[in-house]
Amino acid sequence: MALSDISEKLAALPEISHRVDQIKHLVDACIQCGTCSASCPNLDFMDMTPRRMWRYLLAGRVEKVFASQTFTLCSSCYVCTLRCPRGLPLTEAMAGLKQVAFALKLEQFRRSRLFYAAFMENIRQYGRVREMEMMTRYFLAVKNPLVPLGYASMGARLLKKNKLHPRLPSRGSGKLAHLFEQAHRQEH
Amino acid sequence: MEYLYYPGCSLEGTALEYDMSTRALFEALGCTLTQITDWTCCGATAAHAMDALLAHVLPARNLALAEKMDLSLDILVPCSACYLNLKTVRQAVETDPDLLDRINQVLSEENLAVTGSLKVRHLLDVLCRDVDMADIAQASDNSMGGLVVAPYYGCQCLRPFTEFDDPEQPRSMDAMIQATGARVLKWDMGGACCGASSPATNPETGRVLVGRIVEQAAEAQAIVTVCPMCQMNLERFQPDPIPVLYLPQFLGLAMGLSPASVGCGLNLSDIRPFLTRAAL
Repeated sequence: MALSDISEKLAALPEISHRVDQIKHLVDACIQCGTCSASCPNLDFMDMTPRRMWRYLLAGRVEKVFASQTFTLCSSCYVCTLRCPRGLPLTEAMAGLKQVAFALKLEQFRRSRLFYAAFMENIRQYGRVREMEMMTRYFLAVKNPLVPLGYASMGARLLKKNKLHPRLPSRGSGKLAHLFEQAHRQEH
Repeated sequence: MEYLYYPGCSLEGTALEYDMSTRALFEALGCTLTQITDWTCCGATAAHAMDALLAHVLPARNLALAEKMDLSLDILVPCSACYLNLKTVRQAVETDPDLLDRINQVLSEENLAVTGSLKVRHLLDVLCRDVDMADIAQASDNSMGGLVVAPYYGCQCLRPFTEFDDPEQPRSMDAMIQATGARVLKWDMGGACCGASSPATNPETGRVLVGRIVEQAAEAQAIVTVCPMCQMNLERFQPDPIPVLYLPQFLGLAMGLSPASVGCGLNLSDIRPFLTRAAL
């Protein structure tokens, strides 16, 4: 996706733009010291350091932020949050950026979004996670036969230990459907 | 001692042995765990990424159920991610009445309400602060003498809430490992990140992060963990097999519980070398 497209998408969605402003506000006392980058265990996998990403966010260059994979690689270890000399909730801000990227349905984050969506649907339906149903839903949504292969050996190990429980998908409105609907009504 | 027990989804599936060993260990220590009736998922990492309000409502539902049961007990949580989610909401509603109101509006759908009056505590917090190490030592009778154990804490029981341990140089497992007669491996990776849920969609991160951790544990006969996600990532991505056990499995075995009663057949890593060395 071209960078300008992300800006256009955001401009057309005031609710999500507002969320971006909220996230920006979380980090607006950043002094660009780079402690977050130096502390991040996932830095090697990132195409942009966290410090630089915060700078782009604060400068209003959101298209740069969402063209990067950096925030999706946050594994919520909270080391940056712990060490930030300004005491900023950086891990929370990373999660906020994920919310925005998934809400925008940006193509480069499709797999992560579908994985989390399958998870949420799973607990809406059953209340608790049922791995088999969740992964099946994810694989069906991804529509790429190579993806399930990557999980095959782990799945086989778990099955062998009787840790996966294949069950027929149950029908009905869903264990937590009322809560999900009520939460959505409040947010929109 | 008595606690309200929130097992969380992993302990019903991939971390079945964590649930078994936790229940068995606490029984052996003379503690009662009462499961929170009708508990549901805390939202894990997914809710944070998908929906800010649901990320609060899902843990809050469980806090509300627990408050209905007994207001005098603490909630004990073995899974670090569940612990963090439940505790985050518990702390947030205390300082943010507006958020509390929004959460309770949603929960009213189920005639539930949260007040945030119960303490949320990680299993490790309970073990290191409520349990007398002398009890573990007495029951163990030096049964793990001669073994070296690497305590692996992971992230979310240590950070961002620095409730019971040093968030960078954790030590809370040292005393209990030593109480069994085993020696604690001195290393820097106890609080390092295993990749958490990232490897689910990006396995390369798991291979690299777990590789760095396991490399430093070469001298140990076992790594002990207190988080289902850590356990799974270490088991899945370790290049050279080293037995990985949940802390309650290790302590239970040390105290004379049978391997079957603490779910030893369920670990994905091969723990037989450890059981042999420990003469079990």
